[in-house]
Amino acid sequence: MFGYILKRVLATIPVMVIVAIFVFLLLRLTPGDPAAILAGDAATPAQLERIRDRLGLNDPLHVQFVTWAGQILRGDLGTSLISNTSVSGMIADRLGPTLNLAVMTIVISVLLAVPMGVIAAWRHRTWVDFLVMSFSVLGFSVPVFVIGYILIQIFAIELRWVPVQGYKPPADGIGPFLARAILPALTLATIYVALIARMTRASMLEVLGEDYIRTARAKGVRENVVLFRHALRNAAVPILTIIGTGFALLISGVVVTESVFNIPGIGRLTVDAILARDYPVIQAMILLTAGIYVVVNLAVDISYSLFDPRIRY
Amino acid sequence: MEFKSRDFSDAARVLKIRGLKVGLAGRPEAAPVIDGIDLDIRAGETHCLVGESGSGKSVTSLAIMGLLPRGALEVRGGSIDLEGVEITQASAAEMRGLRAMRLSMIFQEPMTALNPVLRVGEQIEEVLNMHTDLSAADARQRTLDIMEQVHLPDVERIYRAFPHQLSGGQRQRIMIAMALVLDPHLLIADEPTTALDVTTQLQILKLIAELQARKGTALLFITHDMGVVAEIADTVSVMQNGRIVERAPIHELLTAPKEDYTRKLLTAVPTLAPRAARPDARGGDVLKVADLEMVYGGGGVLRRGGGVTAASEVSFAIGPGRTLGIVGESGSGKSTVARCIMRLIDPTGGAVHVAGTEISRLPRRSLRPHRKHLQIVFQDPYRSLNPRWTVARSLCEGPINFGTPRAEALAHAAELMEIVGLPRDALRRYPHQFSGGQRQRIAIARAVAMKPDLLVADEAVSALDVSVQAQVLDLLDDVQAKFGIAMLFITHDLRVAAQICDEVLVMQKGRVVEHGPAANVLSDPHHAYTRTLIEAAPGRHWDFANFRALDTAPAPGPKGETA
Amino acid sequence: MAKASPSRQSAFHVLTGLFSLPAGARLGIGPTIAAAILLGIVAASVCAPLYVPYDPLAMDSLSRLRPPSDAHLLGTDQYGRDIFSRVMTGGRVSLLIGVGAALVSVGLGLAIGLVAGFFRAADGLIMRIMDSLMAIPAILLAIALVALNGPSLGSVIIAITIPEVPRVVRLVRSVVLTAREEPYVEAAIALGSSMPKILIQHLMPNTLAPLIVQGTYICASAILIEAILSFLGAGVSTEIPTWGNIMAEGRSYFQIKPGMIFWPGLLLSLCILAINLLGDTARDLLDPRLKKREG
Repeated sequence: MFGYILKRVLATIPVMVIVAIFVFLLLRLTPGDPAAILAGDAATPAQLERIRDRLGLNDPLHVQFVTWAGQILRGDLGTSLISNTSVSGMIADRLGPTLNLAVMTIVISVLLAVPMGVIAAWRHRTWVDFLVMSFSVLGFSVPVFVIGYILIQIFAIELRWVPVQGYKPPADGIGPFLARAILPALTLATIYVALIARMTRASMLEVLGEDYIRTARAKGVRENVVLFRHALRNAAVPILTIIGTGFALLISGVVVTESVFNIPGIGRLTVDAILARDYPVIQAMILLTAGIYVVVNLAVDISYSLFDPRIRY
Repeated sequence: MEFKSRDFSDAARVLKIRGLKVGLAGRPEAAPVIDGIDLDIRAGETHCLVGESGSGKSVTSLAIMGLLPRGALEVRGGSIDLEGVEITQASAAEMRGLRAMRLSMIFQEPMTALNPVLRVGEQIEEVLNMHTDLSAADARQRTLDIMEQVHLPDVERIYRAFPHQLSGGQRQRIMIAMALVLDPHLLIADEPTTALDVTTQLQILKLIAELQARKGTALLFITHDMGVVAEIADTVSVMQNGRIVERAPIHELLTAPKEDYTRKLLTAVPTLAPRAARPDARGGDVLKVADLEMVYGGGGVLRRGGGVTAASEVSFAIGPGRTLGIVGESGSGKSTVARCIMRLIDPTGGAVHVAGTEISRLPRRSLRPHRKHLQIVFQDPYRSLNPRWTVARSLCEGPINFGTPRAEALAHAAELMEIVGLPRDALRRYPHQFSGGQRQRIAIARAVAMKPDLLVADEAVSALDVSVQAQVLDLLDDVQAKFGIAMLFITHDLRVAAQICDEVLVMQKGRVVEHGPAANVLSDPHHAYTRTLIEAAPGRHWDFANFRALDTAPAPGPKGETA
Repeated sequence: MAKASPSRQSAFHVLTGLFSLPAGARLGIGPTIAAAILLGIVAASVCAPLYVPYDPLAMDSLSRLRPPSDAHLLGTDQYGRDIFSRVMTGGRVSLLIGVGAALVSVGLGLAIGLVAGFFRAADGLIMRIMDSLMAIPAILLAIALVALNGPSLGSVIIAITIPEVPRVVRLVRSVVLTAREEPYVEAAIALGSSMPKILIQHLMPNTLAPLIVQGTYICASAILIEAILSFLGAGVSTEIPTWGNIMAEGRSYFQIKPGMIFWPGLLLSLCILAINLLGDTARDLLDPRLKKREG
């Protein structure tokens, strides 16, 4: 078991290295002078020089890479071109709201989506299945900000159940936190629920056709036990996989949702960075999200063994 | 040979089916899958339901269990009476109460029939938890008891095992334990030994018989294998196209079948009496294999120690127009040898001479010109033809690779269709428009189109029904006689080997244990393993095709009982 | 549950039975409607310049943020531009990005996937690179590209394509790896067919059906991502009306003029919905598992 985990952890290193090289080259291989692009049209030579210096663009490429990689390994993600503060510090300040939002979203999504998918598969080709699938396709098709505005319109503006926008940390009280976090979490959950429900249904449909399900029924096992004890555990691996790979969607969703609901998380940080062309921040966000994605999928990989004893170590 | 044929007319009737009809759900106009069958089974009786694929035997068993796939099949009429309970009218909850308590079922494939993510002990115990109020400790004890009764070793350890950690035979014992733990009155066994090796099959058949005798269970045993029927049945129903065409006690059925279809089924069963070897033809050997060895996974940098030896020290030769059979159980290495000779895998040692050239070391590119000398026919007729290609395109692929002009290849393909007994216009059609037997004929035509010196048949008739099997074996014989091809015939079925092979080579665990003329090996085996194999062949004392006992009963086993 | 009894069904079963779709009717009306909607949107977008009443870029400082009227079917935006003309024209770029991203992703993914699936030597490296690219979220990548190269159609298509290509590669590779174990492929080896011939004639056709399905999903998600990028201010130039751009400009006026988000959002959602539904239909039709037993 330990050996397997170690092997999986080591296997993430090349992935992260390739991501890092990719991000590094993205700036350096841009046609034209990246400093001039980032500084905008009205830049003075002094400003250009400052940006070049900040991004380390004056050295030969391999020297740049060694310096850059060394900084990243030490946790130094560079300095913002705008605020002149350390990017790592900026991210640390904004991480809390985003983490709270993400955790809430994942919990809501899994709790909603898995039962939806199971029931849709169980009642395959009935109106229940049709409803779940319709919701799922709809969730894929409506842009996340449109969902956000619709929810605001209904629950904040018409019904006045919750504030329109803003964020309060849980430390200020669970009530105010939830009142402000529930709409963004639901907004963000829509596409995730669609994704997971769809995969749960597909995976369950496959498993429900297996011989051992027939065996379980032949034993006189109750239908809820057939579904949740016999079928769902066998269907778990693809569902876990989609939760992992769907994380990329969640990250994109965070950026949009935080700007719709005006939440001071790392998504907002990113949007502000785009408008200001603050490249070090954008670059750090790519590295960070790729890293989170890799870690989440590593955890998913390892968790397979909890559900399927055939995956041996 | 001795038959059971016990008389059960006094015993209580457990199952009574009258006029049962099953049809496609929601399509009343379609022809029924089961068309008005009657069936009676009494306590303690073993009733065999025999028929070819598609005859409706499995659907019958699912109908009795109330497990017809929802939305696909439904009961249209008739009654299924289980000790006074009408199953066709039972609610879902009533049906659940009957299952495992009053009727149980064992399925064909013990690997897929057990839940892979639950411990096998838990899977048996679940039956008790669902149907009884036993305490956890009592349920566990009862589970261990039934595991002892099905002769599983080291039950405490196996209780905690997952299905993939057990052998096929052990898994089927778990299935039997699960089915019988609550002493049901009716046990349905749907091809329970078909996926098992012949020696394991014998053990499982004995176990079922033993438990049935002890508990007085009525047994409905579904099979396609007449040998198994002869071993275990008291009474037999023969099923064809959703109807029962004949019902008789076993002895009567095998000696004096009344219906043409029953006759046809029986005459198609090959006997275990080996064919007379054909004269050894002049000329050198077509195929010569010397010390062939295949080791998987060895020699890696990180993997120290040897890999898995799939075959070693395999040597034999085949002359033109002769057939050598390799027989053995799963894992014996027989298919590995075939694949090495075909160079679908690269052997790790030894030499393979085909038509005078040593091919075991040739690099892929220089191997290609030699490919036309040796061709192969695979087991699964549904996967051995490209489903997107017309038959013509499949048949022409090889000749065109070797420079035959398309028109000429096509003309030759048309001739081949006649040789294998298919209409010429079949060339324009796609594989899914043909039955399994017809597809196997096309695969043979494709191989023969290359005018090979050697034909490798890797379990080429194992997936076919027995009547189709006989026709394809005849075809292989014809083709061989016509073109003088040498044939390497891989099979697990001794009856098939007896019918077609001049020489037989018996493999066990990657090694050759016995090799000689078919008549010698099958009638007078010298190696203990060969004897075990022959003794395990069900119905080996009966000559089905001639409706009588086999006078030269093969293989008098000095070692007596098998394990 | 309820396997046996046609006569004793619970109310729930009767209810579900009423609404259950008969076996053959699954492909009935849904896909037809989806195809009609999609065709309608495509035709309306492509032909937009022929029938829209105003130049979508023409500003009119005298008629800003007007409500819907006979002159302006959906009203005007903050620059006095006709919203109807902008929305109808906006579909052209959105659809172009969808189709473009789908074609580029499928083409590249197919080529790389075939190589990875068939040549063991290349497989390891290719798959590590693909894993890495998958870890980069499309939105952030697009943001970086746009920050560096400025807003352009090319940046957006590249940004959408890079994370999609690995998914296509994985799909193609898995199909090839499964198919190369098929006996008919081994038979082709025995018949002396060369590796390139086997790859193209036997293996590649197997990837066609899943690629069509995947292609439609990529198309739908590309249109969606374009909208999100524009919304965040990292899409194609704001000079060009796209559904995303129109909605992005509508953000500040959401409370007084929700139509600027609602109408393009509706068309976009309908369009993606239709594409997704057609993708699902194609998958159901082409899924070999559904057809296996019919042969």
